[in-house]
Amino acid sequence: MSLSSRFENIEMVQHLCSKLLEGRDVPEELRHWILMALREALANAIKHGNQQDTTKHVHLEMDIVGDTLAISIRDEGPGFDPEAVADPLAPENRLKTSGRGIFYMRTFMDDVRFRRHASGGMEIVLKKTLGAVNEKEEDRA
Amino acid sequence: MKTNVRDAGGVQVVELKGKITIGSGDVQLRETINKLVDSGKKNILVDMKEVTTIDSSGIGELVGCYTSVTNKGGKLKLLHLPPKINDVLTVTQLITVFDVYESESEALASFRG
Ligand SMILES: Nc1ncnc2c1ncn2[C@@H]1O[C@H](COP(=O)(O)OP(=O)(O)O)[C@@H](O)[C@H]1O
Ligand SMILES: [Mg+2]
Repeated sequence: MSLSSRFENIEMVQHLCSKLLEGRDVPEELRHWILMALREALANAIKHGNQQDTTKHVHLEMDIVGDTLAISIRDEGPGFDPEAVADPLAPENRLKTSGRGIFYMRTFMDDVRFRRHASGGMEIVLKKTLGAVNEKEEDRA
Repeated sequence: MKTNVRDAGGVQVVELKGKITIGSGDVQLRETINKLVDSGKKNILVDMKEVTTIDSSGIGELVGCYTSVTNKGGKLKLLHLPPKINDVLTVTQLITVFDVYESESEALASFRG
């Protein structure tokens, strides 16, 4: 799905993700951290990627495959080099007023990847293992 | 976010309620604290009990407030930190930066010490 670049949309997407996790017996704590990582990724796409230009879109995919939640978020911005992002734990950055979002995503998710998308813009893929699958019969013998 | 400021024996207790997130609450927090600093208040206790959500922008603003109060020779301390906000401050090694209190009377006493 696609959203316009407004911070107000962050909560709507959090609700959708929450819905997706329903019935999966995801502990409240885990769900909370997933939703925080999701929030940070969306905020970056809207702020740094699309620079709050409401005519630009954030493209979103969320799915649970097996026991893993995968979220892809793509913006229509200039992209950036994730390797060049400063370490928020470095003493000289500790008291900065920004620069913690990607760190939180990496802390709370199992896997965080960035890539420049073929159609332009930056794509971030967040993954989290949710634990044992709830379905009774899983035919993957 | 809603804010309420009350004076407790010279300490400004800033009660925050709701979300401190990007585009909603983050700037408001800064403005509330700046107003106190500009009017010469030096002892500020931020009560986080009713903060429901904070994100990296909210954390950034909290750090910014801490710095501006400290630079003016004042003190900014935290009261009633919800466990998840405690976690978020811990992983970014900010928990040791802030003086955090569980009880208001202890927090207020610490400003006199
Ligand atoms: N989608 C994006 N497009 C362009 N730049 C980005 C994007 N996401 C992150 N960045 C860059 O990475 C930096 C670090 O992001 P983050 O850790 O979330 O901290 P913050 O958002 O507080 O700056 C940003 O300041 C920005 O320069
Ligand atoms: Mg960010």
